[in-house]
Amino acid sequence: MSLWLLAWRRFLRDRLGLVSLVIVIIYVALACASAAGWVARDWADEVGVSYAPPRFLGSQVEEAAAHGAATVRPQETHGIADPLAEELAEIQASLAGATGTESRATTLAFGGDKWGRDVVKKAIKGTETSLVVGLAAAALAAFLGTLFGAVAGYYGGWRDDFFNWLYSVFTSIPYLLLVLAVAAVLNQKGIVTVILILGLTGWTGIFRLIRAEYLKHRVREYVLAADAIGASDARRMFAHILPNVSHIVLVQLSLHVVLFIKSEVILSFLGFGVGVDTVSWGSMLAEAPSELILGMWWQIAAATLAMALAVTAFSLFTDSVRDALDPRLQ
Amino acid sequence: MPTLLGVVLLVFFLFNWVGGDPAYILAGKIASPEAIENIRRSLGVDQPYWVQLWIFIKQIAVADFGASWSTNERVSQIFATRLGPSLTVLVPLLLISTLLALAAAMLVAYYRGSLTDRAIMIGCTVGQSVSILVYILVFQYLLAYQLGWFPVQGWGSTFADNLLLYAALPILVGVVVSLAPDIRLYRSVFLDEMSQDYVRTARAKGLGEGRVMWLHVLRNAAIPIVTNVMTQIPGLLAGAFLIERFFSIPGIGREVILAVERSDFPVIKAVTVYVAIATLIINLAADLLYRALDPRVQLK
Repeated sequence: MSLWLLAWRRFLRDRLGLVSLVIVIIYVALACASAAGWVARDWADEVGVSYAPPRFLGSQVEEAAAHGAATVRPQETHGIADPLAEELAEIQASLAGATGTESRATTLAFGGDKWGRDVVKKAIKGTETSLVVGLAAAALAAFLGTLFGAVAGYYGGWRDDFFNWLYSVFTSIPYLLLVLAVAAVLNQKGIVTVILILGLTGWTGIFRLIRAEYLKHRVREYVLAADAIGASDARRMFAHILPNVSHIVLVQLSLHVVLFIKSEVILSFLGFGVGVDTVSWGSMLAEAPSELILGMWWQIAAATLAMALAVTAFSLFTDSVRDALDPRLQ
Repeated sequence: MPTLLGVVLLVFFLFNWVGGDPAYILAGKIASPEAIENIRRSLGVDQPYWVQLWIFIKQIAVADFGASWSTNERVSQIFATRLGPSLTVLVPLLLISTLLALAAAMLVAYYRGSLTDRAIMIGCTVGQSVSILVYILVFQYLLAYQLGWFPVQGWGSTFADNLLLYAALPILVGVVVSLAPDIRLYRSVFLDEMSQDYVRTARAKGLGEGRVMWLHVLRNAAIPIVTNVMTQIPGLLAGAFLIERFFSIPGIGREVILAVERSDFPVIKAVTVYVAIATLIINLAADLLYRALDPRVQLK
């Protein structure tokens, strides 16, 4: 454990890294709270009027509504009783009863979307979606990459040839094109689909690094010693070598979280990502073009801020972890 | 060559096995069993898998993927007409962004540790964390829609029109997006080289700083730079789809998005295979270029 303890001590000295760690922890806590239903559970409730502006801008909607009400005049009846009057009154009464219970706010803390949903709550819920996708897909990619890299690097021979061939096949197709092709073939939406697409296509970078490490480690003395006392291949690969390369896996894992969060945003934006009943930063951005033309900037601002802060914090955190784990690099 | 075979197998596996029966997509929601049977026979999917694979390989060899499922346009025709607009945007984009990134990286590497260096590096980290979608949306809204400096979207009929009028804003967006990661990479490459002995030697014999940086360091840093530029090309060819989609540029990338939306398998298959072939050719070209740049590199 001394490697990790030393790295932790070095990490504590890195002020930028600590700040980004705090931000990352806040994001993860927020995502957990949102998944548990403590916050933003009611993100889909239409609490405000359509395109409610942020509170600090004040309400322009009230004036418009007052203006609109003034122009409606009572209809001329020409002395003929409306045969449907009773039914209409009934319908109007029931409508008033339905809408009367939930009075819609004219302003929301950071504005509302087309259906009057709170943008802040959407952003929090989107944080949950994006982090879940990013972390799960990165875990899947790291698992595949480590497993393939360990087998290829440790055994060598035909296994190495096979995985190298697989690697060159996957890398000869540009990443986003491959993701889109898989999305086209699967033709279904949902968080699990996105995780599978990103994880199954994104293992190549980790594979290359881990394979190189296993090539280096398999002839080291401690591995030969483990062989001499009769440790099996699997034990040497995963109990002896893996702890010695795990810092690389960790750094790659957090690098890929950032990559996959960005990819998920693009997929969801294009409509190949999460379904319509889920909100993500990408689906928030997808609503932005039509809003921008109307001058409603708060939804794109909320999604951008939430994402930029998360990705910046994650990137800086990754840099600090790498510096702490490998002090030779500076 | 084995890689190419692998790509063919992967694409075949994806579209013929994972993708399900294409006849149901083609025939629409309400289809008679006879209609489905007809389509299956014309596509050859009633054949055993190895026959289908052979049909696919023949299609690649003669560059004939048949017609698009949704527009019935020949796939080869789609390629011929969409390649031009894509290149009109991508070639200037790649040139401008590489030159700007090199200059900026040279500057920050030379003044490393200074305020300029740290400000630009933090700017790059933050700039990289904002999605490309936001850049496109905000630039399109502010510069084209609000200020009216550029057309919001569209494509003209003459080359000059396209390059100077319609491609200008897409190129600007692309340059802004690719600057941040490029500057970070080139800066670390330059820093690596600047700590080498030959730089000290060059300075010791009294060469000017400009000559040291632009001739000695740049030439020695050429290989990683060429690698980065070359690996960007295939990704750009397909990856500019967001830019092409937003600015309504009739290029390859927009065609890919449309094809994915319509489940238009022949187009996606063709794009995937050809981009993979292009990648292999570009990798080969990069190897030859290394040899020209650095005679010490030995090709096996």
